[in-house]
Order: sequence, then C-alpha cells, then structure tokens
Amino acid sequence: MKIIVCIKQVPDTTEIKINPVTGTLIREGVPSIINPDDKGGLELALRLKESHNAHVTVLTMGPTQADAVLREALAMGVDRAILLTDKKFAGADTLATSNALAGALRNLDYDLIITGRQAIDGDTAQVGPQVAELLDLPQVSYLENLEVKENNLFLLKKQTEEGYQLLEADAPLLVTVLASSFKPRYMNVKGIVEAYSKEVEIWGFDKITVDEENLGLKGSPTKVDKAFAKGIKGAGEIYEMDPEEAVGMIMRKLKEKYII
Amino acid sequence: MDFNISKTQTLFRQMIREFAEKEVKPLAAEVDEQERFPIETVEKMAKIGLMGIPIPVKYGGAGGDNLLYAMAVEELSRACGTTGVIVSAHTSLCAAPILEFGSEEQKQKYLPGLASGQVIGAFGLTEPNAGTDASAQQTTAIPTEGGYILNGSKIFITNAEYAGVYIIMAMTDKSKGTKGISAFIVEKETKGFSIGKKEKKMGIRGSATCELIFENCFIPAQQLLGKIGDGFSIAMKTLDGGRIGIAAQALGLAQGALSETVKYVKERKQFGKPLSAFQNTQFQLADMETKVQAARMLVYNAAWKKSQGIPYSADAAMAKLYSAEVAMEVTTKAVQLHGGYGYTREYPIERMMRDAKITEIYEGTSEVQRMVISAMLLK
Ligand SMILES: Cc1cc2nc3c(=O)[nH]c(=O)nc-3n(C[C@H](O)[C@H](O)[C@H](O)COP(=O)(O)OP(=O)(O)OC[C@H]3O[C@@H](n4cnc5c(N)ncnc54)[C@H](O)[C@@H]3O)c2cc1C
Ligand SMILES: Cc1cc2nc3c(=O)[nH]c(=O)nc-3n(C[C@H](O)[C@H](O)[C@H](O)COP(=O)(O)OP(=O)(O)OC[C@H]3O[C@@H](n4cnc5c(N)ncnc54)[C@H](O)[C@@H]3O)c2cc1C
Repeated sequence: MKIIVCIKQVPDTTEIKINPVTGTLIREGVPSIINPDDKGGLELALRLKESHNAHVTVLTMGPTQADAVLREALAMGVDRAILLTDKKFAGADTLATSNALAGALRNLDYDLIITGRQAIDGDTAQVGPQVAELLDLPQVSYLENLEVKENNLFLLKKQTEEGYQLLEADAPLLVTVLASSFKPRYMNVKGIVEAYSKEVEIWGFDKITVDEENLGLKGSPTKVDKAFAKGIKGAGEIYEMDPEEAVGMIMRKLKEKYII
Repeated sequence: MDFNISKTQTLFRQMIREFAEKEVKPLAAEVDEQERFPIETVEKMAKIGLMGIPIPVKYGGAGGDNLLYAMAVEELSRACGTTGVIVSAHTSLCAAPILEFGSEEQKQKYLPGLASGQVIGAFGLTEPNAGTDASAQQTTAIPTEGGYILNGSKIFITNAEYAGVYIIMAMTDKSKGTKGISAFIVEKETKGFSIGKKEKKMGIRGSATCELIFENCFIPAQQLLGKIGDGFSIAMKTLDGGRIGIAAQALGLAQGALSETVKYVKERKQFGKPLSAFQNTQFQLADMETKVQAARMLVYNAAWKKSQGIPYSADAAMAKLYSAEVAMEVTTKAVQLHGGYGYTREYPIERMMRDAKITEIYEGTSEVQRMVISAMLLK
C-alpha cells in the first residue's frame, strides 16, 4: 500500500498575536508547527505502515523553511519526504495550492492520499476536497476511522453533524482527517538523530504536471480585501431571576436597544 | 566556538519538551505524594527511545550523543525530578558501563533490552559502611568453578525493585585494596538475590531506592564486567559519566522552579501590584536566571566533551557541583518568592526544593566533587 500525506507548515496560532492597527498577524517569533489535523493524518498513515506495511510519503508545498516539518515527519517514521517549492507557487490561495499539490500527486504512486481536514491558519478546509476533484478521486472528509478490508477496499467512518456514516471505498481515494481522531505519536529519538541525514526531495515546477496558469498568484482567484481583528465584545451581564421576571427584563432590554 | 544548538538538537528539544509537559508533568505531584514509581511513564519513554539515547543503533539504541541525553534528563527533571533520575541511573550507571567496558557478547546480550527500555538498569556501589569511601566494600565475590559467589548487601540503590540488570561492585581480593574490587553484571532472577528495605525519602520520592541483598549468589564468569580487579576504576569512570546526568537533573529542577516562579510573580498581587513589580523580586530572578544559564553551559560543555572523546572528569564534577548548588539555591528562593503558597503542596515548588537536595549528595557529594576538581588542579 502506498500512502501520501499532505502536510502544511503553519504558525502556532495559540501563540499568535494580531497587530491592532493593521489587523494583520504578527508572525515574528511565532514557532512554526505541523498543522494539527495533518499530524493526525501522519498518525493514521504510520499506523497503516505498522499494520499493513504501507510505504508513507509526506508532501508539503511551501518555502524552503517548510523543510523543518518534513524532518519532523521523518522523525515520526515516514519513508519519503518531498518539498514542493518554486517561485511560481508563491502567493497561492487554496485553489492554486490544490493545483500544485495535484500536479505533484500526478507524478506519484498512491493508493491513499491523506490530508488534514483544515489548516489552523487558513481554516478553509478546501484543499483536501479540491485535490480530490482535480485528480478525479473519490473522497471521504472528516474521517474518524479507517479499516483495510481486503485488497484495495477500505471501510471508513466519517463524522457528520448528527453522528457518523460508515462507507466503503476502493483505492485510490483521498481522505481528510481530524486531529482528535488520531492522537499523533511523538517523534522517536532515533528518528530525530537520523532526520537531518535523510534526503528531502526538492520538487520545482518542472517536476510536476500542471498548467502554469493555475499556479501561484496568477492561479489564485481569491483576493484578500481586508484583514481585521474581531473587536472584543464586552462581558455579558448575569441576572438570576425566575422565568416570568426574566421575560419582562429581556423585553425591556431589547426595547432599550431599539432591537424590537 | 559555536554556541548554536543544532537542528537535530532543536527537533529533539521540541519533542522532549512536549513529552515532559504532556506525559510527565501531570503525574509529578501524584508520584511524589504516593511515593509511586511511574512505570507507565517508563513504558512511554521506552516506546520513543528515551531509555537508550546514547546507545549505538547496532545495540538497539537511538544513536544519539551525550548532549541529547543531558537535554533529555534536563527537560524531564524540569517536570519531575523522579523521572529524571530514573533515566539517568538507567542510562549512565548501567547501560553506559556495559557499552564502555563490556565484552561484545555482553553488549549483545544486555544492551538491546536496556536501550529499548524493556529492561531497566541499576548500579550498586554504596554499602552501609562504604559511602563516600567507596573502597571500603564489604560485599565479596569469591571465585569458584565457572564463576563467583556473591555475598553482601548494597543500600540506597536507585531503580532497585524495577530493574532487571544491575552493575554490582564487590571485593574479589581484599588484600589488593581498591585493585581487589571487581564489577559484575547481575540479573534480577539470580538465585539468592533479593530486594530489601525501601527507603522513605525527602525528595525524588517516586524513584525506588532500596537495599539489595546477595546470599550465595552464583554469578557466571561471563558476567564479570571488564577484568578482575577493574571494578573500582570502572565504578569511578561510570560515576564521571553519571555526574553529567545528575547535573542535568539539577539543572532541570532549577529551570523548572525558575519558570514557575516567573509565572507566579506576574500573577500574585500584594500592595496593589504584582510581585514582579518589586525590585527585590526582579533582582532575585536576575540572579537565578544567570546561575541557571551558567549551570547549563557547564552541563552542556561536559556532555559535549564526553561525546568528543575529550577527558571530562573534572568538567563533569564542576557541572554537577555547580548545578546541584544552583538547584538548591534557586528552588529555595523560588519557595521564598511564592511565600506561604510555595510551602504548600498546591504548588510544585516545595517538591522541587526537596528533589533538588539529593543532587548535592548522590553520585558523589559536593565535597567529593570539590576533591575531584582540586585533584585535577594540584596534580
Ligand atoms: C482567503 C485566503 C486568502 C489567502 N491568500 C493568500 C495569499 O495571497 N498568499 C498566500 O501565500 N497565501 C494565501 N492564503 C493561504 C493559502 O491559501 C494556504 O496556504 C493554502 O491554500 C491552504 O489553505 P488552508 O490553510 O485553508 O488549508 P486547508 O484547506 O484548511 O487545508 C486542508 C489540508 O490541505 C493540506 N494542505 C494545505 N496546504 C498545504 C500545503 N501548502 N502543502 C501540503 N498540504 C497542504 C493539509 O493536509 C491541510 O490540512 C490565503 C488563504 C485564504 C483563506
Ligand atoms: C536517593 C538516593 C539514591 C542513591 N542511589 C544510589 C545508587 O543507585 N547506587 C549507589 O551505589 N549509591 C546510591 N546512593 C548512595 C549515594 O551515592 C551515597 O549516599 C553518597 O555517595 C554518600 O555516601 P553516604 O550516604 O554514605 O555519606 P557519607 O559518606 O557518610 O558522607 C556524610 C558526609 O560526610 C562527608 N564526607 C565524607 N567523607 C569526606 C571526606 N573525606 N572529606 C570531606 N567530607 C567527607 C560527605 O560529603 C557528606 O557530607 C543513593 C543515595 C540516595 C540517598
């Protein structure tokens, strides 16, 4: 079985601050991490490596610094690491990112592609499904569990708002996973010691199969109009009273504010 | 001179910090309170290779160096002093001497189990009447057909109940003094070997510190470590390496207490301002930070020298002496800056202070470290 996990290097948003004047993120000094859902994806792939002898490749598109997340993936136990990097990829929105990833995936062998459900910085949850569409693959998003039935047949458990669905699908397919479903393992010490002596393949535009038009800023229909920090709402007021009194109070307040 | 930490070290620190924060710290208070050996933590550490950091890959280890190992003990101890010493005694006092002084067969037989953490290691030198004066060994190993008969007892042995392999020093020829001491690899299942009294301690209360009792134990000749009569020298060299581990433990405790204190003084208010606004607090913190950084330099330097194959005995002694004293000073000041809260078990500070004290005592007291350092100067 061949698995490819797409991972994204993201700023650790728990440590991020917003410039109150410009409304933009202050990225300086914020550590970069593997997007948490993607770490769940790596965990799923590594479990399949242990149980089914799967070969795991990790793929990321990003600037050269994204090398760090590939080393981390190597230290967790993946077999092969590819960094997609090229000036032509710069300024990509989700569509252009998906096009670049699909361009690389066209030149790779796989039975299963795993992406995170969504990235903690962009938060669109678009890249996984877009890649599946571009490659004309079946997709199962919000994956909670995956079992290998027989050759090329997967039994998949998908989270929904009401509960879950059980699905069967043939390889090749793409799944998007949640961090909470696959608690990622730690990097192991031997993996860490060896991570920087392993190869990270660098793939530029010439290594992938895609129209140049669809890449980078040119291939990005999304235009950011304005970025701003959400204003902080004042603390609410708490009243303790019986329901009848409460109804009257709420009505009064709504009128005071000309809402009704 | 390059003071940068390497990419590998950065990656390692990222992992070990997260591990210590998520897996070790939440258990620290309970392990202390209940005097409970955190076996589940050892299993988790084993799984990711923390029980065999500086052991070569061919013997089942991670193939790391002493700096990574020191960082591991530092970060674990920052969260829990007990966990730090479990790894330190196991690695430095049991796996390391087998790697350094063992025969090829001994390495192949014992290291994979130890490095994978399936087997925990321990080291027995101290006896009731042989503490600082380790040469006064009363445990004997009398040569017999195919091996030795071991009789006697050891006290204060870390990891005792939980270990599977022990490095034991014993007198093979009393007439030769220290040259009559030999080192043996003793397996837990050995007939006549038992674990005696478990100590109730001031600190590192989760680590199992017990007596070892040997009654006519037959030790096969293949389990003699090094040559006959090499035991004392093996023990001293082993302790040189072990001191890096204990120095790292002390460093971690000091750093842990300092980090907690920085957080606390910003939150706690008296006289209408946070404690951090008082100049006394600021100056205390500045001194604490300076000393912790100085300790770190000494520890990393000693670890680096060991990995480079440069003589490091006095460096390890200085690292341990200084870090242990800094740990005691910083944890004591940390309690002071926490006031009454620091004296209670609501906060981890009093535990860190109790844990810190042992670093001035075991693997050579601070007085012994001063002897080693001055001997280097005056030779
Ligand atoms: C409105 C908007 C405008 C943007 N504009 C710009 C811009 O002008 N310039 C710019 O540089 N960036 C821009 N970005 C960021 C860029 O879109 C993202 O880097 C990328 O498209 C991923 O989108 P996402 O973070 O929403 O990922 P999601 O769709 O939430 O990610 C889902 C999964 O897709 C995979 N994935 C996502 N990105 C990668 C990747 N790079 N490599 C490998 N796998 C990946 C991961 O598995 C991830 O978990 C913009 C984002 C948004 C939302
Ligand atoms: C929790 C714990 C774990 C331990 N783990 C191990 C272990 O795993 N394996 C092991 O073998 N041992 C272990 N030990 C033993 C430890 O190494 C000894 O306790 C230590 O070496 C001191 O010996 P002692 O207790 O007999 O003190 P003593 O030797 O009696 O020393 C008492 C005091 O006298 C001082 N002193 C002694 N001689 C001199 C001198 N010549 N000049 C100046 N001052 C001197 C000492 O510095 C000390 O301050 C452990 C001890 C403890 C408490």
